[in-house]
Amino acid sequence: MINAVGREIPEEILRITGKEVFQGNNYKEGVEFHKQGPIVKPVMDHNTSKMVGSIREALEKCGAHDGMTLGFHHHFREGDLVVNMVMKEVHDMGIKDVTICASSLGKAHDALVPYIEDGTITNIQSSGVRGKIGEAISTGKLKGLAIMRSHGGRVRAIQTGETNIDISFIGAPTCDDYGNCKGIGGKSDCGVLSYSFVDGNHADKVVAVTDCLVPFPNYPADVAMTKVDYVCVVDAIGIPEKIATGAAKPTTDVRKLMMADYCTQVVVNTPYFKEGFSYQTGVGGASIASAASLAKIMRERGIKMGFAVGGMSKGMVDMLDEGLVGKLLDTQDFDLFAVNSVKRPNHHRISAGAYANPFNKGSFVNKLDYVVLAALEVDTNFNCNVVVGSDGRITGAQGGHPDAAQGAKCTIVICPLLQGRTPAICTDVTTVTTPGESIDVVVTDYGVAVNPARQDLLKALKAADCVPLKTIEELRDIAYSIVGEPEAVQFGDRIVGIIEARDGTIMDVVREIKDYEFED
Amino acid sequence: MEILKPAAAGTLESSDAMVTVEPNDEGAGIEFDLDSVVIHQFGHQIRKVVMETLERLDVKDVKISVVDKGALDCTIKARVECAVYRANDQKSNLPWGGAIR
Amino acid sequence: MNPNKKRLRRTMMFLNCQKPGLIKDPYIYKPDSIMLDLEDAVAEKEKDAARYSLYHALQEIDYRGVERVVRINGLDSEFWQEDIRAAVAGGADSIRIPKTESAEDVKMVEQAVRAAEEEFHIESGRTLIMAAIESAKGVMNCLDICEASERLFGIALSGGDYTKDLQTHITGTGVELMGARQHMIIAARAAGVQCFDTVYTDLDDMDGFRKDVETIHAMGFDGKSIINPRQISIVHDIYTPKEKDIIFAEKVVKEIDAKSALGIGVFTVDGKMIDIAFYDGAKRTIELAKASGVYKGDL
Repeated sequence: MINAVGREIPEEILRITGKEVFQGNNYKEGVEFHKQGPIVKPVMDHNTSKMVGSIREALEKCGAHDGMTLGFHHHFREGDLVVNMVMKEVHDMGIKDVTICASSLGKAHDALVPYIEDGTITNIQSSGVRGKIGEAISTGKLKGLAIMRSHGGRVRAIQTGETNIDISFIGAPTCDDYGNCKGIGGKSDCGVLSYSFVDGNHADKVVAVTDCLVPFPNYPADVAMTKVDYVCVVDAIGIPEKIATGAAKPTTDVRKLMMADYCTQVVVNTPYFKEGFSYQTGVGGASIASAASLAKIMRERGIKMGFAVGGMSKGMVDMLDEGLVGKLLDTQDFDLFAVNSVKRPNHHRISAGAYANPFNKGSFVNKLDYVVLAALEVDTNFNCNVVVGSDGRITGAQGGHPDAAQGAKCTIVICPLLQGRTPAICTDVTTVTTPGESIDVVVTDYGVAVNPARQDLLKALKAADCVPLKTIEELRDIAYSIVGEPEAVQFGDRIVGIIEARDGTIMDVVREIKDYEFED
Repeated sequence: MEILKPAAAGTLESSDAMVTVEPNDEGAGIEFDLDSVVIHQFGHQIRKVVMETLERLDVKDVKISVVDKGALDCTIKARVECAVYRANDQKSNLPWGGAIR
Repeated sequence: MNPNKKRLRRTMMFLNCQKPGLIKDPYIYKPDSIMLDLEDAVAEKEKDAARYSLYHALQEIDYRGVERVVRINGLDSEFWQEDIRAAVAGGADSIRIPKTESAEDVKMVEQAVRAAEEEFHIESGRTLIMAAIESAKGVMNCLDICEASERLFGIALSGGDYTKDLQTHITGTGVELMGARQHMIIAARAAGVQCFDTVYTDLDDMDGFRKDVETIHAMGFDGKSIINPRQISIVHDIYTPKEKDIIFAEKVVKEIDAKSALGIGVFTVDGKMIDIAFYDGAKRTIELAKASGVYKGDL
């Protein structure tokens, strides 16, 4: 069946997953559902201890079994040790057919590949699968389907009961003996525990894993003791240098600076740029440079940002210090400056659900004015590919891309026209992650394209004469005139994963890669 | 042109291609091997460019292998031509605009 | 005269022909000229490879109006003749001669260029020449070099080799380049050609770079050799006439035109004494403003 972005979703997949095809961003607007709740094991007896001596003991007490679903967060990013630690025990216990429901997986989890190959892990639900796991999925090693979903989508899937988490392991930088978890105050601080809120509320069993046990009560807690079954102390839950890095150096690459400048010009010359506007940015070189030049113009014009939301780093923290932004709503911290700022007033920690769950009564992304995102590919319908490389391998992560893109009034995608010989602006993306209806402006080093559906933005940018405007087709044609017109990736027949839209429908499928064959 | 001895041109840097040619038996034709980082998107195009270049140079029998790191057509042509002329020890009085086009 | 001879050349960016990743779309950085290098950037045993890359780059890459200059190997090498054949056949706009020391050097190149234009059916006179001055002898023979060929549009200082020839080194103060700079700009203007300054290699010292460019701009140089795109915007900023200068120049031109019809030779504009001597400079400012894309007037 063809969906709303023109992608063919085989009937077989619809049948196996029970899902519908994507039918537009607001297909599920106002459609009521019954929120699912977890199985709760009460602790009434004050003599009951939650402390367990090891991960294995935690697994046994939680009734780990074949076919279970485990939940994890990725606040420790490339410094995460929790997932591998838990899965090694699961494997050694001889448990099979496990589903991992992580907020994201990356290069830190390359060690899981043998467990995929031997059937310990048969299903993966994640925002991203960077590194060897992506390679393993693309080469057909995962027995079940990989479900790639956004941050908001994960919360939705858990709250609707579509995914039932049997045991969630929450890596907590500090925790007390009763399970009050915090993201700061320990040896492996990550600042916030946003992705774990939904696990605390909906997982049948919750295990806090910490390397820094602190006196009771560890309040105010990010995940409270009333939701935690067991507490396990280990030597290390993360590698600090890889969790929160030093501040990223500002880019000196002229192309990135050009794109950053175009991006800033788009922001300041469109109608939403006024006192109290809201903004989300990423941590790419061009994004950071753009936020810096935006701050300069804000100072010149005396315009303050009402709030910034999403992943935080030094740039945003400095703006808070300077009084250029009213509030920071934090879902993830990228550097130590952000981690250390988390304690301050006006720097608020929000859950992934409050940030982006499409199935609650209204999340922060709905209130965003501007968001600046990256993409691997953008096609002439403005659809974005954030997950699958141009060689067909699963390589990236949705993150909050589709969430913020739909929510924001002006969604800007920054993308160099060419990545090596690969044209990032193309006729059809390899795989659709975020639908074109969510994307308003595309900024490349060769010019800026505005989605024809946004004549208001186009008019404003034309009048301001601030950026070189081109149509998206013109950008694609320039790309093809330099590198040649690419052919589509040759995939195998087997579908190894689905790209899930925010509302749980299917945006696209990912097929197994195969070796290239010359047609003769 | 004949390939008198093995020769190579180019590097494995990003956007470049390393082309290696070796003599092949008379009448054996063109044996072409391609390893490219963009093989799915441009495999056919790269092969086309290599074959056309060899034809312009009137090379009929050769073992040619290309390790491509995302080179544009103009770079692939340049590397093939360089390897072929090196295989012939010819470094001057080249037919610019003629066989090299 | 080849109309390309007097074009805007504020920035001339060096590019290594052997680096395919860098030569595919240099115009995006908006330099006025790019210098495709067959000489110092290319290793001895790759001189042949660089020519093929050069030829195809010239023929197949769209440079959107940016001038393509090719730096051939020295006239004391075995490579320069084939370099010229490849460059001219490829359609290069100009040839840069390294280590030019005499008018004979220029004439030798001119002859080879003329022969190549004929051999490859390139319009005669299309290919221009520039001479790089890299030694004391070259500086002393500057005027002769500038006047040696109708095709020669300018001379450029190569500070690194020049200071070694003087038995000193680049100090950052500019004092070691003073003699060459002064001599060259004077010779270039006497011969009616352009003059370009040497590269600035410290990419971390953008303030030092800016001061350097301000100095040569004040001395009258037409432009600077660039080694990194980051340097381009600073040069263009300094070389682009400021709005108040453009307005003043406009007034000067209009007033001189008007007053000369009335037979008046000397008058004031904005409190400054103006006579006919200011005319050419004011016109040049307007032309530079137009070429830089900032002129909005009606002259």
